[in-house]
Amino acid sequence: MIALVDYGAGNLTSVRKALAALGATFMTPSSPRELSDVAGVIVPGVGHFAATSAIDEPWREAIGASARRGTPLFGICVGMQWLFEGSDEAPGVPGLGLMPGRIARLEGDATRRLKIPHVGWNALDFTGAARLLRGLETGAQVYFTHSYAAPVTPECVAATTHANTFAAAVERDNVFGAQFHPEKSGDAGLRILQNFLEMCR
Amino acid sequence: MLTKRIIACLDVRDGQVVKGVQFQQLRHAGDPGELARRYNVEGIDEVVILDITATLERRQALARTIGAVAREIFLPLTVGGGIRSEEDAAAAVDAGADKVSLNTAALRSPELVTTLAKRYGSQAVIVAIDAKRRDTGFAVYVRSGTTDAARDAVVWAHEAEARGAGEILLTSMDRDGTKAGFDCEMTAAVSDAVDIPVIASGGAGSFDHFTDVFTTGRADAALAASIFHYAESSVTDLKRHLRTHGIPVRL
Repeated sequence: MIALVDYGAGNLTSVRKALAALGATFMTPSSPRELSDVAGVIVPGVGHFAATSAIDEPWREAIGASARRGTPLFGICVGMQWLFEGSDEAPGVPGLGLMPGRIARLEGDATRRLKIPHVGWNALDFTGAARLLRGLETGAQVYFTHSYAAPVTPECVAATTHANTFAAAVERDNVFGAQFHPEKSGDAGLRILQNFLEMCR
Repeated sequence: MLTKRIIACLDVRDGQVVKGVQFQQLRHAGDPGELARRYNVEGIDEVVILDITATLERRQALARTIGAVAREIFLPLTVGGGIRSEEDAAAAVDAGADKVSLNTAALRSPELVTTLAKRYGSQAVIVAIDAKRRDTGFAVYVRSGTTDAARDAVVWAHEAEARGAGEILLTSMDRDGTKAGFDCEMTAAVSDAVDIPVIASGGAGSFDHFTDVFTTGRADAALAASIFHYAESSVTDLKRHLRTHGIPVRL
C-alpha cells in the first residue's frame, strides 16, 4: 500500500490516475498513524511552498520517521522542494530537511527570452547513477512547471538547465524527489513512477 | 533547453470533437478519447479541451469528456470553454484538468483569475484571448468571438499576467481555421509584453507556419486542431520538421 499525502494543496487527480494506470494500490491517509505500515510514501505538490505548512508537526514526524525506517519516500515538485531545508519562496516555512540545501528562485534571462515560470518539457542530464531513472537515458524529456528549484548537490541525479542549472531529480538512500511532474510526463514519467513503485516492494 | 510545445486542441460539443472555421461552420472530427490516444502516441506535448456545449447539462458532460481524455494521456490537460466561476473551475480540476483556461469570465471578473491562481497556483490558470486585427492594435472579442470587449489584446495580456495568469492562450480570429498561418505579428506583440509563456493559436496549415510562429512570432507553444484531427499531418512529422529548422522540440 502506497500512501499519497494529501495536504490540501492542488490537485491529486493526475497522480492518482497515473498510479492507478500502473496498477498500484494506494490511499490518502487521513491520520499520520496510517503511515506506520505503508510500503511507500508520495508527497505530491503544485503551487506555492507555503502550502506545505499544512503538513503539521504530527505529519512531519510521521513522514520523517517512515523515511528513517527505510520506507521509500518520493516528493514531487513542491513535494520534492519540501524534502530540503526550506525555500526562499516562503522563508518562515521549514522543509523536512532530509536533503541538505535550500530552494531558491530560478533565474530568467530576458535577452535569451528564458521566462519564469519554467513551463514545458526540458531534458534531464543525468549526473549520477539513479534507481529512480532506470530505463531512461540522459536527455529524456519531462514536464516542468515551477519558479523555484533545488541546487545541484551530491544528492542530485539529474540536472536540468533553464537560465541556470538546477536539480531536476534527487535521491539518497530511500528518499527520492522530482522537480518535474512524472504524472504528466508521458511514458518517461510513468516509467519513473513505476521505478519508485518497484522500490516499495 | 526548454522545448517549444505543440498542443492539440479538442473543441468539444456534446461529448464529440468538432471544428469550425473562423468560429463558424462546425464539423464533426471524432471521439475525444480516441483522438487523445492517437496524439499521445504521436508525441503531442499537451492537450486542451475547449468545451462549446451550450446545454444545461454541460458541466456533467464536460466532466465525462475530461475523464475520457484523462484516462488516455499522462500529459498536461487544460480545460476551457464556459468556465465562469470558481465552482466551474473546481469541477474541471476534480475531473482531471491540470489547468483551466478562462476567456469571457476573466474579462468580466478579472478577480476570478487571482482567486484561481491563489487556490491552484498560477501554473493552473491560463487566460485565453480571442483577438482580431484593427488598424492599430488587436481587438479582444468575448462570448465565443461574438462581442467586442473594447480592450486591446496586448494591454489585456499584461493585466492578466499581473492578476495571476500563468500562461496566455492567444487565438487569432482572423486566422482561425483558415490554414493561412498564425498571426505572427500579433503573437510577437503579446509575447514581448508579458513574461509568462504565450501559446499561439489560429491558422496552422503547414509545418512552416509552426516554424514561423516559434521564430518571428516568438511563441512558447503552438496550438492547433484541424491540422491534426483529420490525420492530415502527424505530430511526429511536424516535430521532425521543426527540429531540422533548429527549433528545440521533444521527440
